[in-house]
Amino acid sequence: MDSTVTSASEENVWGGGNRPLGASYGKLMMWFFLVSDALTFSGFLAAYGFSRFKFIETWPIADEVFTHVPFFHGNFPMYYVAFMTFILIMSSVTMVLAVDAGHRMKKNAVIWYMFLTIIGGAIFVGSQAWEWATFIKGDYGAIETRGGRILQFVSAETGERLALSEFAETIPDEREKLTRNEGVWFMSEGYLPSYTVTEVIEGLKANTDVLIRTEQISEEGEKVVLDRNASLEKIKDGTLVVEGANLIRNEYGSRLFADFFFFITGFHGFHVFSGVVINIIIFFNVILGTYERRGHYEMVEKVGLYWHFVDLVWVFVFTFFYLV
Amino acid sequence: MSVTAHAHVEDHAHDDHAHHHHKETFVTKYIFSQDHKMIAKQYLITGLIMGFIGIAMSLLFRMQLAWPGESFPIFEAVLGKWAPDGVMDADMYLALVTIHGTIMVFFVLTAGLSGTFSNLLIPLQIGARDMASGFLNMLSYWMFFTSSVIMVISLFVEAGPAAAGWTIYPPLSALPMAQPGSGMGMTLWLVSMAIFIASSLLGSLNYIVTVLNLRTKGMSMTRLPLTIWAFFITAIIGVISFPVLLSAALLLIMDRSFGTSFFLSDIFIQGEVLHYQGGSPVLYEHLFWFLGHPEVYIVLLPALGITSEVMSTNARKPIFGYRAMVASIMAIAFLSTIVWGHHMFISGMNPFLGSVFTFTTLLIAIPSAVKAFNYITTLWKGNLQLNPAMLFSIGLVSTFITGGLTGIILGDSTLDINVHDTYFVVAHFHLVMGISALYGLFAGVYHWFPKMFEGKMMNKNLGYVHFWVTAVCAYGVFFPMHFVGMAGVPRRYYQNTAFPMFDELTDVQVLMTVFALIAGLAQLVFLYNFISSIFYGKKGPKNPWKSNTLEWTAEVKHIHGNWDGPIPEVHRWAYDYSKVDENGEYIIPGQDFVPQTVPLQKDEEELNH
Repeated sequence: MDSTVTSASEENVWGGGNRPLGASYGKLMMWFFLVSDALTFSGFLAAYGFSRFKFIETWPIADEVFTHVPFFHGNFPMYYVAFMTFILIMSSVTMVLAVDAGHRMKKNAVIWYMFLTIIGGAIFVGSQAWEWATFIKGDYGAIETRGGRILQFVSAETGERLALSEFAETIPDEREKLTRNEGVWFMSEGYLPSYTVTEVIEGLKANTDVLIRTEQISEEGEKVVLDRNASLEKIKDGTLVVEGANLIRNEYGSRLFADFFFFITGFHGFHVFSGVVINIIIFFNVILGTYERRGHYEMVEKVGLYWHFVDLVWVFVFTFFYLV
Repeated sequence: MSVTAHAHVEDHAHDDHAHHHHKETFVTKYIFSQDHKMIAKQYLITGLIMGFIGIAMSLLFRMQLAWPGESFPIFEAVLGKWAPDGVMDADMYLALVTIHGTIMVFFVLTAGLSGTFSNLLIPLQIGARDMASGFLNMLSYWMFFTSSVIMVISLFVEAGPAAAGWTIYPPLSALPMAQPGSGMGMTLWLVSMAIFIASSLLGSLNYIVTVLNLRTKGMSMTRLPLTIWAFFITAIIGVISFPVLLSAALLLIMDRSFGTSFFLSDIFIQGEVLHYQGGSPVLYEHLFWFLGHPEVYIVLLPALGITSEVMSTNARKPIFGYRAMVASIMAIAFLSTIVWGHHMFISGMNPFLGSVFTFTTLLIAIPSAVKAFNYITTLWKGNLQLNPAMLFSIGLVSTFITGGLTGIILGDSTLDINVHDTYFVVAHFHLVMGISALYGLFAGVYHWFPKMFEGKMMNKNLGYVHFWVTAVCAYGVFFPMHFVGMAGVPRRYYQNTAFPMFDELTDVQVLMTVFALIAGLAQLVFLYNFISSIFYGKKGPKNPWKSNTLEWTAEVKHIHGNWDGPIPEVHRWAYDYSKVDENGEYIIPGQDFVPQTVPLQKDEEELNH
């Protein structure tokens, strides 16, 4: 900052007895911590790139997965995540303003901007939770084949995706999910899909309008849709109805897609969450006047560095998961 | 905001601090101490205890290798149910190999070596009252302690400790049902390592900022002793590479416990088809070795730094090529991050990529050779003081060269394929990083023992016994091992009796084991010397090795703040040994060394190092 004040040569800057980078040890530690954290994220993103490249011909298309906006029905690809990103970046702006107000020792401005930053962070974490919930719930449902591939369904007429409920037959079946209230002895079991494979197959046979869409991506960058005969042939491989997503399988396609989505956005979300908690602690310290008494607001600057870093990481996560 | 004004205020606070001590209780002095000297001792003693466990394990599995399937009462006594009738169980053999590697690499040679000497020497040699953050320093040690305890606890779980090799490649490490050691033992291994990584991060952050910010007046970067340069760069590669191991470990934990498929694909186990699909174990290898290779230098660089310092002092000569030494440390650190592929030549890697990694790997020979030659030229025509620390330093140069030469063979993908995963590799890395780094550790302990234990000296004669027996035996173990490896004996095999072609090598295996057992005994001499010197060691002079560096100007008795008065100012580099003026007289009459605190004399020229 005021390294310009020293008119000495470079030898003196690094000559000992001073701070060559013009920063306190705490701030330097934060910087080096961020270097290390950046490398952890790099490890994850490199692993993601490695895995995605391996399945580049069958990777799910993000535009078709993230299409929801709370309280609205319809197809809005990327709208909501763009909103989340905007909020997070705005919270970085308010953080900069808080740090700046701290430099000018304006306590009330710091409080106000820290508050806005915390709200922004909370909205982001909340949105992420909603995004996860939507992702986990899924919307159309799909069939998994013996080889672990995902088959989705589209309408031949419109080309629109079809949910299982739109065409599957209902065949009365006695199989019910075992629950505690139905007996003393029961086996806990996973969530039973709404339809059985047989019901989906029957539905496909009965509705001539339904076609199968495979994971394969054509040269035009779209998923390959089988014709009617090929669809009827392909469905014979089906072994499992998949609705929504978990760490083992998901209706969107490659398992690694959901694995990495949960892991990397989760790891980032954990960072944002920690950031919000730390911001709240600092926020109260500001209100209590701790930094006013200390004579400087460097703590705000340090958590600010962390906050900007978390933002920057999101830019990369956003780019690699949603945009490309 | 005025940073400079700020700095002054804090300096004052620091100076005041040195004068009035607040009362210390037993707990704040010996247990939760925030003083760097005490933390260094804590690191050293924890590291030595872990080292004792690690070496003892190696003796056990060396016995199994020499006399496969033989019954030994000691096996039954130590291993219990893992050695029915005194014959070592095969699972236990793998577990011993795994934990030996883990303990020696991480707990002894990373934390025990770098943790001890970075903590002890950084503040003392740069002229600081303590580390930048004493609290984080304390936290770093206690996390290291916790991770050590968890690693030791993992030895006692019912199904046995982790047994997938210290590199814990999946799928062996990822599937709890793969082998006994992949269950609870593996989980504890991962937990222990995660805590270890956090501890190492906290430590490294402290070392870096302390070197950057707390150097005393006059201590420019080019006047730093080479120890500090080595610790500084080591901390930087730690900050860069350990987090990637954390990434790998977290993904592995997800695969193990939460059903993801990051590293796993298409696995059948005991007739059951597992659900994993699409992952790649090679991905794990990439992530692991991105840490794994720099880790080798995290282990070695501090030892090289210690050697530079000890050797220059005891040769009574300036270190040869100071700037070349610094540059080669930096070059090694940089290159270490772009060579990890040479561990994976036979993982199905594209041969072209293999040749790229061969190229970068062989580049490391250049800075390494610079260092080796600089050590030799420092010794050249020196007035050698052959005390134990010096002997271990010279020993390090010897093993560094011996092990380094085989590195050229292993770094070349076409040659590596022939000896990959044989005892040739084991011999190579034990000499070049294991034994070399241990020698650096011993050199450091003998040299700075008086600094750690308030002026007490270790027994020199026992030190000689320790060095010569260790030196002979270390070569006795690892030199023949090269030939065993070239004959094709694979590493990590429980016994080779099933292969008639290896029968002729049995005698060599016995020879190596006998040397190993004797080397183990020699360490007991060191242990005795270390412990008895702590209590009954003779008090030496304040500057026992007539050294230039700042730590010998600090108070002998440990006080918080290191110097009773103001922090000394530095006027010269650390290596003005046997410096003469134009008349051929020593700068300070009758004294062949000029401490860093002595201002330049009249008409004296600063060496243009």
